[in-house]
Order: sequence, then C-alpha cells, then structure tokens
Amino acid sequence: MAATTSAADLARLEDVARRIRVGVIRGVNEAKAGHLGGPLSAADILAALYFHIMRIRPDEPDWPDRDRFILSKGHSSIGLYAALALRGYFPLEELLTFDSLGSRLQGHPDMTRLPGLDMSTGSLGMGISAGIGIALGSRLAGRDVRTFVMLGDGECQEGEVWEAAFLAPRYGLDNLIAIVDHNKLQQYGWQGDGPDDRLPPAWPGELVAKWSAFGWRVLEVDGHDMAAVVRVLEEATVGDGRPVAIVANTIKGRGVSFMEGRYYWHTRPLTAEEFATAMAELGEPITTTAGGPA
Amino acid sequence: MTLPMGRAMREVFGETVTELASRDPRIVMLDADTGSSTKADIFQKAYPERYLQMGIAEQNMLGVAAGLATTGFVPFVSTFVAFAVVRPLDQIRVLIAQTGLNVKICGGYAGLFTGVTGKTHLIVDDLSIMRAMPGMVTVVPADDVEAAQVLRWAAGYDGPVYIRLVRDATQRLFDEAYSFAPGRAVAVRDGGDVTLISTGAQTPRVVDAADLLAARGIQAHVLHVPTLKPLDVPAIVAAADRTRIVVTVEEGTVIGGLGGAVAETLSEYSPTVLKRLGMQDVYGESATNSELLELYGLSAARVADQVQAFLETRGTAGHASHAG
Repeated sequence: MAATTSAADLARLEDVARRIRVGVIRGVNEAKAGHLGGPLSAADILAALYFHIMRIRPDEPDWPDRDRFILSKGHSSIGLYAALALRGYFPLEELLTFDSLGSRLQGHPDMTRLPGLDMSTGSLGMGISAGIGIALGSRLAGRDVRTFVMLGDGECQEGEVWEAAFLAPRYGLDNLIAIVDHNKLQQYGWQGDGPDDRLPPAWPGELVAKWSAFGWRVLEVDGHDMAAVVRVLEEATVGDGRPVAIVANTIKGRGVSFMEGRYYWHTRPLTAEEFATAMAELGEPITTTAGGPA
Repeated sequence: MTLPMGRAMREVFGETVTELASRDPRIVMLDADTGSSTKADIFQKAYPERYLQMGIAEQNMLGVAAGLATTGFVPFVSTFVAFAVVRPLDQIRVLIAQTGLNVKICGGYAGLFTGVTGKTHLIVDDLSIMRAMPGMVTVVPADDVEAAQVLRWAAGYDGPVYIRLVRDATQRLFDEAYSFAPGRAVAVRDGGDVTLISTGAQTPRVVDAADLLAARGIQAHVLHVPTLKPLDVPAIVAAADRTRIVVTVEEGTVIGGLGGAVAETLSEYSPTVLKRLGMQDVYGESATNSELLELYGLSAARVADQVQAFLETRGTAGHASHAG
C-alpha cells in the first residue's frame, strides 16, 4: 500500500463517494423505501475501502485470498450496493431494483443472492462476530486476509458487540478492523432539548474509551475527510497484535443538506422536490442512470 | 427384558469429532466454557490449535462459527442446548440457517438428563424451535452408536445441522451393523396393535415399554425417527395406516416437536387416532434422571401404562383383555 495517496487519487475517491451517495438517493427514491442517513454517513469510508484499500477481484467475488467486508449495520445496504455496483460487481442499473420482488438487492444484505457480499446481516450486533470467525479462519488457513467490519454507533448498544469485543483481543486478531460509523444519531433514541433533537447513541469519547478498555487498538478519524480516511485505513492494516477499532466521526445524512444531522432521515421516502434538490446538491443531473455516469 | 446401557453420549461426541478431525483438517471445535462438561475437551487435547475457546458468550460464538464457515472450515459448535440453541437463536437464524452455512450445532445436555440443573438448563422446546427453522436439519440420535454415525454424516454434509446429544449413558438400541441415513425413520420393533413413534434416547425406553405391553397382550410397532427434519413422512404414514392408532413419545414438550410433527403429518395425509406423550406444556425441575422420567411419564413402565390406558379408552386394545 502506498504511503501517500496523490491528490488525483483522493479526488477520484471523493467522486466515487459522491456517486455512492447518488446511488443511495436513486435506489431509495425508486423503492420508495429504505434507509438514507446511515448509508450517506458511510459513503466516504465505503469508497476508500472498495476503491483503494481492499484487495478484491470483482470478477472473482469468491477469490479465497480477498479482503472481506461485512456491513454489520445492514440497514445501510443501499450504500454497500452502490459501492459494489460502481466497483463492477453488477450493473449500476440494478440499483433501481433495490427492495423489489425478486431483486438480489434485498433490504438487508443477503449473501445467498448477491455475489460480493461476505456475510448476510441485518439483525444488529452480529457482523462483528462473523468478522472474528473470518479473521480466525484466515489465520488458521495461513491466508493474508484483512477483514473490515462496519458497525453503527447505535448498533454498539447490542450486547453481542461487546461479547465480540471481549474475545477478539484474546486471539490477537490484528487482521480484524472494526469501523464504527459514529454519526451521532440512531433511528429514534432519546429525546433531547427540543422536539427535533435527539441525544447521541454514545456520549462524546465514549466509544473510544470503551473499545480501548476492551483491549482494542483504537484510531479516530473524520469519516468525511478522504485523505484522513485513507490514511487511517492504511495505518489500521499494519498490525501490532491487537484488533483495530476505528471510530469514524461522521454526519448522518452527509451530502444532502436537509438530511444532515436530522434523525428523521434515518429512513423516509423522498418527495419529488426533495429528490430533485438532493440530486442537485450531489451535482447529478437526474436524467442519468443509477449511481451516475461510470 | 430391558435394553443394555451404552456409553455416555458426550464421551462419544468428544471422541468422534476428534477422530473426524484427524482425517479432516477443516474441522474446528468451538466451545463456550463447557468443554469439560460436554467432553469437547477431548478434542482440545488432540488438536489444541483447532479448539477455539469462545468464553461465556454464545451469541458471539454462533456468529464466529458462521464467519469460519465462509473461510472453508467446518465448525462444530458445542455447549449445552440452553446456550447452543435458545440463547443465540437469532444468530442461528440470520447467520447460519438463512445463509445455509456449514455449521454443526451440537447441543449437549439435551432433554431431561441435565445433571440436576433445573428448568433454566432443561430445555423442553429445542426440537419445536429448530425443526420449524427453514434450512435446519435436525437430528436426535438414540444411543452412542447412532450418535457417532450422525456426527460422521454431519461432518460430510455441507449445510447447517442441529444435533441433540444426551449428557449421560443411554440404553443401547443399535449394534454396529446399524447404518444411520438422514431423513429416514427406522422400525425397531414390529407389532400390529399400535404404532409407537419416538426419537432420541426415548426410543430405547419405548422399546422396553413395548416389551411390557407384549406381556399384557398388546403388540406395539415401534418407529424410531432420528431425523425430525427432513421428516420421513412416508414411513410415518405407512406405520399409521397399518395400525390406525399412534402414540408419540418424546423427551421434551409435546408441542411442536416429534408429537407436533407427527400430528401435522397424519392430519394432512392420513388422519389417525393419536396420543402425544411427553412434557405437557410444562418446564422441568431439578431431580435425578429416573425421578424426572417418572415425573413426566417417560420411563418404560409409565409409557406402557399410558399406552395401555389410551388403547382401553379408545376401545381399540384388542388384546388388552388377555393381560395379567
């Protein structure tokens, strides 16, 4: 992995992230259902992983030595689908089948339907456990595989996450990298000061303190600063005997002004006007195919 | 005349999976801090690097097993039924059954013989739950001989399997000539008055009950159903059609398990007079094995008495008048 990433590479990754967001908006708009806030907060990290960090072969999705990615926050599936489509796992137009009868793009990721998915997820807290299994199996098999698992900050309220967090350091799984998309909002959560306010799923500093206390090597990053995201992922893949937890500080709904930081855009259909505004803000004429021009 | 005792099923479990691992490097054993009880520790002594201690964290353990399966390993997950099935049920559903991943869930301490633990550990409804789960093969061996064969078969089968294993020694039903076939029920005793259908370690007690009934002039046909899913529907229907009266007997709740499966099958294909023996919608309690068998009516003597009473009530016990 290159120690530095060129300005051109970063610009390319930023454009990939933009097109992932376009794919998210298009997919959800077409389905008239699906999650928005979470996929949008994860888009920059997904772009960095699938277009720069992960060793993968889109034309050979079962390649045994591939790096793995598990979307433990499975309700952000449309973000992952957009990244996979842009990377060449399946045609971009298929994003418009999201959530529809017979589609390979289920509401939550289903590995039995769509090549390129390394685990089925949807019931929160489980992806990190499966990630431990892949990391253990890769080591037992002598394969140099890195396993990335993305969790939500709200998801970290699940007890299973901390069962996994307790175990992974005991096996010294430095081939396992958990990324917490810390977008500070969950679907509903606890009432804040005003009627539109919600308290964050975790207090400031709480996730860093907890993952550290469980024996993980914790890195923190601005999840929307592409240079920083690339840098932290590269740093995370240089193991020191401990599993890595990256706490990515993000903004829920990132990229669409009226969704940013608004808890009620966790999942919500768009009006025609909202769709047009979102597309315009993402710099995307609404006549192109899903995900934008290749 | 009662069937002889075999070996403790948990010992056979530990030894058999260890033997399988000697030939198949893909096999790994996952334990949740019960290895010294389930005898998974036999595996640890032979293959410490493939023995993965998951700690007291069963939800995570089932998830780890799913991940391991995607890397080509064959995980045998071992702990008590209470913690192998019921506690991590959603992980089994989402990560193993819905994915079809190659994980073997080995539930130890099944049924009544849980080592005087009480209702928290005595799981009455694991069969009802697991056989209702799409994609989950559910197997309940009768004795040490069948348990070893089931484990050998499961190691070679590509997909999720639930294997229900008894802690203690059970009566031996089969000799070494027996050959387990998944999805196949086995007639273990012939008779024309009533069909007794059983599963797991209850079957030997039902065979003993059939001997007691024979002494009272009632000839019972005994069908052993080791695979609850997929169910041997033709064998169950054929047996029912021959005697026209059926009694199911199981070490667990009568709701949804073997009795439920047989009731569903016969209602749909061949409505038959049916009695379901087992735990009648109750939880268990702490007591010795023999006390629990008596309490829930599952000893050979109690089964025989209940079958006889049922036949008399139904007026179909043709030979009952010769008893005594």
